[in-house]
Amino acid sequence: MTDISILDREREAQFGDYFALLKPRVMTLVVFTALVGMLVAPVALHPFVGFCAILFIAVGGGAAGALNMWWDADIDAVMRRTSRRPVPSGRVTGDEALAVGLALSGFSVVMLGLATNWAAAALLAFTIFFYAVVYSMWLKRTTPQNIVIGGAAGAFPPMIGWVAATGSVSLESVLMFALIFLWTPPHFWALALFMRSDYDDAGVPMLTVTHGRRATRRHILAYTAILALFAVWLGVTAIGGPVYLVAAVALNAWFLKGAWQIARRDEAMAEADNYLVEKKVFKFSLLYLFLHFGALLADAALRALGVI
Amino acid sequence: MAIQVEHDLHRRRRSRNVGLGLVLVGLIAVVFGLTVVKVQQLGATQSFDHVVRPELLPGEEAPE
Repeated sequence: MTDISILDREREAQFGDYFALLKPRVMTLVVFTALVGMLVAPVALHPFVGFCAILFIAVGGGAAGALNMWWDADIDAVMRRTSRRPVPSGRVTGDEALAVGLALSGFSVVMLGLATNWAAAALLAFTIFFYAVVYSMWLKRTTPQNIVIGGAAGAFPPMIGWVAATGSVSLESVLMFALIFLWTPPHFWALALFMRSDYDDAGVPMLTVTHGRRATRRHILAYTAILALFAVWLGVTAIGGPVYLVAAVALNAWFLKGAWQIARRDEAMAEADNYLVEKKVFKFSLLYLFLHFGALLADAALRALGVI
Repeated sequence: MAIQVEHDLHRRRRSRNVGLGLVLVGLIAVVFGLTVVKVQQLGATQSFDHVVRPELLPGEEAPE
């Protein structure tokens, strides 16, 4: 008699569980920003090659997500927000997540290189390495600046899209990188202010814990101020235009106002209205990023139509 | 123990198997599509094929 009891697991992993390893919600942001980075580039790719490039960038980002879930399963299990992910909930084993992550990493890098160019492929490989190794393994558990440096991983996709089209890095792609890179800290720190206990329980050194919530509020304002400068600077480069400039000035003024309010508040005021301002700024920050890249796309469309 | 053609395991893993199958079919489509586009981007390709093709000769050697 063969022993197949090991196959009779209570909760069989479904296809969706493996897909969940790729962090589909993060992937939507990766796809959108990489697409904009590619479409605003001065060199036009064949539409099907462009589609494939975006697909492989998304798969590469997903592979990095799977590697992160393999490495972070222990802290994901502690945090309420992440405890139902496939690995901590036991539907997918850690080894499977590692295998999926490694296989898709290699696949996506090689395919992106074949579809477009090897500079873009190298950048994708570096992004996966940066997120899985530099951020997840080295920084996340050791430094309160984890969010700042980890933000770089999420900032690479528009640059990869740009390099896939043009073959080289230029100022515009660096500024698109800076936009997401500088946006990440205020975005996540606003979240950390009102999701108080989760990161503490997991022992992840968030700035709110190590330097206090007062310092976190000031950090949010400082990063938002630098972000505003870079966001508007992008508007006066070759890929900026009237739509982007108007959007950037309005969005950054609004974001700065929110950051200023957060910096002015103390915990008592925040407790009193149940972190209303922090929650509003966090929600707005998602819209902020989406509208910036949407505006870049709008200007690119206007240029293509010959309006500007 | 009777050997069943369809074990319970097969039923429970159907979504994984169907999903992986669709992914593989999609991969074939993507690689094939890329191949077609890449070959088209080479432009017209031809070479000598037992008979002389005047359009392939360098300018100065072309017959009058």
